[in-house]
Amino acid sequence: MSDESVYQQIILDHYKHPQHRGLPDEFDTQVHHVNPTCGDEVTLRLRLAGDTVADLGWEGEGCSISQASTSVMSDLVVGKSVDDALALQAKFLDLMQSQGHAELTELDEDELEDAVAFEGVSKYPARVKCALLGWMAMKSAVAEARLLSEGNNS
Amino acid sequence: MSFDVEAVRKDFPILSREVHGVPLVYLDSANSAQKPQVVIDAEADLYANHYANVARAVHTLGSEVTHAYEGARDKVAAFLNAPSRDEVIFTRNITEALNLLAYSLSNATSFPGAEKFKLGPGDEIVVTEMEHHSNIVPWQQLAQRTGATFRWIPLTDDGRLVDEAIDEVINERTKVVSFVYQSNALGTINPVKRIVARAKAVGALSIVDAAQAAPHLPLDVQDLGADFVAFTGHKLYGPSGVGVLWGRYDLLAELPPFLGGGEMIETVDMTGSTFAAPPHRFEAGTPMIAQAVALGTAVDYVTDLGIENIHDHEHAITGYALEALASIPDLRIIGPADNVDRGATIAFALKGVHPHDVAQLLDEHGIAVRAGHHCARPVCVRYGIPATTRASFGVYTTTDEIDALVSGVRRVQEMFA
Repeated sequence: MSDESVYQQIILDHYKHPQHRGLPDEFDTQVHHVNPTCGDEVTLRLRLAGDTVADLGWEGEGCSISQASTSVMSDLVVGKSVDDALALQAKFLDLMQSQGHAELTELDEDELEDAVAFEGVSKYPARVKCALLGWMAMKSAVAEARLLSEGNNS
Repeated sequence: MSFDVEAVRKDFPILSREVHGVPLVYLDSANSAQKPQVVIDAEADLYANHYANVARAVHTLGSEVTHAYEGARDKVAAFLNAPSRDEVIFTRNITEALNLLAYSLSNATSFPGAEKFKLGPGDEIVVTEMEHHSNIVPWQQLAQRTGATFRWIPLTDDGRLVDEAIDEVINERTKVVSFVYQSNALGTINPVKRIVARAKAVGALSIVDAAQAAPHLPLDVQDLGADFVAFTGHKLYGPSGVGVLWGRYDLLAELPPFLGGGEMIETVDMTGSTFAAPPHRFEAGTPMIAQAVALGTAVDYVTDLGIENIHDHEHAITGYALEALASIPDLRIIGPADNVDRGATIAFALKGVHPHDVAQLLDEHGIAVRAGHHCARPVCVRYGIPATTRASFGVYTTTDEIDALVSGVRRVQEMFA
């Protein structure tokens, strides 16, 4: 397989061996996101402990890009602070909107870890939504969970 | 005359380009066909040498361009074996042709003398479950506007219409039957004459969506017997932006217009307007002049190759591809598996691999196929799949390209194994 391929080995590995797949019984919030062009779907549950993403699990179906990206995202954000998780989401969103012209610094690459493998996807507008599906679901879930905890504290 | 595919390929400049460093294998002609040099030249020549607006200028260019535009109408009329050139209406595409009919029919509610076209509660509009969205949505909207009921003829497991349902769903309440000649999602060729005969027997209008049929099958409107037949230019090796609606003259003459504007009128007063005779009654505003002229050239190109020769070539390619794809394990063909009453479009599902992954990986090897629901989502719902991968063929498709597809699909399977 060429380096040019969208289908980097990391993506295929995550697709075949998805991380954090399965819906945990204990959760603060559940969201369901779909990508109407591909019919990709993801259901995601998330639990916060204070300001940290304590647990996250998901179920989904769809193309390898959507499923692998959700897996990579899960690996990256569990255990991170909410702010760090959202900052990483913003960084990944930038990468996906770069249309193949991203200039990642070493620091970016260190932070994005396996998510760097999706750089090639950014050249294909039709597939960008696939790669973002799980990340957008995580962002909504975090926002909902935060609202919930603010409500409980007030 | 035998069909020389290698000679035909030389007519299409795009076929000599590379994609990702390998020669392009274009298997997406059902989506849109590539253009021969003569069609590209025809459009450029009109702009370079003859361009002005049609039908209104008295100067030389105006006369030349009108001659070219109306000449294209003559060519299309001959291609369809239409009894009259005035039965050929240029539209933007087939979607517009079908919407033109749906809106003209609903305009009949308040148009003097158009009572026979009026629909209302208790009337039924019939399509099939294998229609493209462009032959579903306009009729659902018409039903909503008029209170008529929207119905459809269901599909069998192997991608054909349930034969008994044709006589049952089309009944004395039916006012409109609109159906596809050859399915874009399944490749199925429908029994047009049987459905038209049933529509006639109950006094319903019959409309044939010939978008996929026009490039592959002889299209003789007198032989088919339908009231309306529509197709689009870009699938017939013509430019994008032009389609055709053919209709029986007596119906077109009584049908209320759809779009109002210039060139579709007889006379305009501030107190009211009267309308031109067909076809101009349905061609409001400046039309797609260069595109229509180049569509005329595309019709000439197809006619010169011979639609029978084209059909034989594509039928052979389809048979070859069906056999080759059937040899791949875990590949399920969605649509008729035999090469009888089916056209040069093959949709399939690959176990464990999403069609978008199949299409993207094939693209990395220069092979262009379509993945998705092909604007016929109810077909995917019927067969319980989110989407399919679709390979479709044209005058330039070779068995080598089918071999490339098959080895490409096997490579995809290996990667995802």
